[in-house]
Amino acid sequence: MAVLVTSPSPSLPPPANSVGVVGWLRQNLFSSALNSIFTLAGLYLLYSLIPPAINWALFQADWVGTTKEACTSDGACWVFVGVRIKQFLFGFYPASEYWRVVTAFSLIGVLVAWLLIDRTPKKGLVGGFTILCYPIIAYYLFYGGAFGLPVVETYKWGGLMLTLILATTGMFFSFPIGIILALGRRSSMPIAKSISVVFIEFWRGVPLITVLFMSSVMLPMFIPENMQIDKLLRAMIGIIFFQSAYMAEVVRGGLQAIPRGQLEAAEALGLSYWKSMVFIILPQALKLVIPGIVNTFIALFKDTTLVLIIGLFDLLAVVQAAFADPKWLGFSVEGYVFVASVYWVSCFSMSRYSQHLEKKLHTGHAR
Amino acid sequence: MTATQTQQMASDGVMVELRNVNKWYGDFHVLKNINLKVTKGERIIICGPSGCGKSTLIRCMNRLEEHQKGDIIVSGITLDDDLKNIDTVRRDIGMVFQQFNLFPHLSVMENCCLAPIWVQKKSRKEATAIAMQYLERVQIADQADKFPGQLSGGQQQRVAIARSLCMNPSIMLFDEPTSALDPEMIKEVLDVMVDLAREGMTMLCVTHEMGFAKTVANRVLFMDAGEIIEENEPNEFFDNPQSDRTKLFLSQIL
Repeated sequence: MAVLVTSPSPSLPPPANSVGVVGWLRQNLFSSALNSIFTLAGLYLLYSLIPPAINWALFQADWVGTTKEACTSDGACWVFVGVRIKQFLFGFYPASEYWRVVTAFSLIGVLVAWLLIDRTPKKGLVGGFTILCYPIIAYYLFYGGAFGLPVVETYKWGGLMLTLILATTGMFFSFPIGIILALGRRSSMPIAKSISVVFIEFWRGVPLITVLFMSSVMLPMFIPENMQIDKLLRAMIGIIFFQSAYMAEVVRGGLQAIPRGQLEAAEALGLSYWKSMVFIILPQALKLVIPGIVNTFIALFKDTTLVLIIGLFDLLAVVQAAFADPKWLGFSVEGYVFVASVYWVSCFSMSRYSQHLEKKLHTGHAR
Repeated sequence: MTATQTQQMASDGVMVELRNVNKWYGDFHVLKNINLKVTKGERIIICGPSGCGKSTLIRCMNRLEEHQKGDIIVSGITLDDDLKNIDTVRRDIGMVFQQFNLFPHLSVMENCCLAPIWVQKKSRKEATAIAMQYLERVQIADQADKFPGQLSGGQQQRVAIARSLCMNPSIMLFDEPTSALDPEMIKEVLDVMVDLAREGMTMLCVTHEMGFAKTVANRVLFMDAGEIIEENEPNEFFDNPQSDRTKLFLSQIL
């Protein structure tokens, strides 16, 4: 028999037991006997771990005081962190100059927030200022030596301040260097290509610890006494080169995922190589590899702790040094928890922002 | 090429000339001794079996592919390794691709404005006005703020045509513009191309749309194995093919 539909069938709502909270629970947590067991075991584990941890960290913790004796309860002794907080944040930076560090970080905080938050005006101007002027301002604020600011030698820098300086300079420079290296590695020009390949493979093939040791111990042996470069600067350059190599490979992955037709269309319109890259290829390639870029940034941020092996006092090193204070023996757990939460909050923020960015940049094309 | 020759060509209205053009992919001889003259306002259809070199041929004309022997002269400029010449030629030739190749991260309007702003140095305002004019002409102006991924294939291809026209080219190359489209969308793209042909645009089009070929073409080229086998005006080409290979090809597609 032939079929003939004269009017379209109405769309019906889905069955009730497949939607809503109950539907979700059934589908995700109790879909089978095994799944139900895992769900219940997981709940029990959370129940037995989380309340004690919260009790220790918050409800039974000691918050006020100036000495060890203030800590009388069973919980965490945050007094230890409170007493030492300035050192944890600024290292051995002179207290009278703290305002310089605070100013520099507040300024970059405002600039970055301006650039990251949607719908702020004049992003181009603020971006240009951040890239061109801020590094100079930050240099004079941190190091001094001009505008009546006394010099603060880099060996006095430490704590969270040093961690953030290493991480931000690392990200700031390794990102563009990585992009250039990635383009170089895909270039048809033999010299650009071989320089990029050698650079990437060299730095990627060496552990960061080795790079840092080389920069702090070996390098000074080869450089004349009067030309010595600052130890922190050497470590910074090591970190930047090391991370650039990783960044280059992440970006190259994105470049390879862009169909050849995109470059052809750009070329057919008369766009030069660099304009094609800047307007067509890189925006798409970088968007594709946001997870990889943020991965590299997070790794970089955490890897900065390795500078403690060459005697730079980053956040972790300063906190560890505080454990040795005879007045405060036995509070290493509080110290480590503090360090861990600073790292976790920073890394988790980066991760969340990257997810937001991926959603924002999604323009509905399937790939 | 001397200045007098260039002038000579311009007065003849020769837009593209190929002389003994040869190209190899590695050892594979993909274009063999191609000779072709395209005069102003001509509409040339290139057809032939898969892998015959027809796409390669038109891609050589704006140097997306490099030829190894012979001369390609476009608007009086000989294509060689000189990047300046290549840029000049590309500004004068528009190209439409089988896969549209719109820029997915840019809106329809931005797709159209990019090259006028950054290659022709037009102001954003001027570029937007031109883009709007061409988007209206391909009847898609109401979608100007959407992204390519939100449009149908036919709409995307019409945007791609508008994007090329924004550069005000004197020659348009079409590389199988309807091959990636669903059947019901082919007509909307062909209609735009027919309009363009009626307005006197010089066009080279690789396509198997024989109805379109009969409507607009001055000449149909049939290629096989890297050679132009047969060349004729469309009615004669379809009704009275000369070579066996042309006959076989036409019997397969019609």
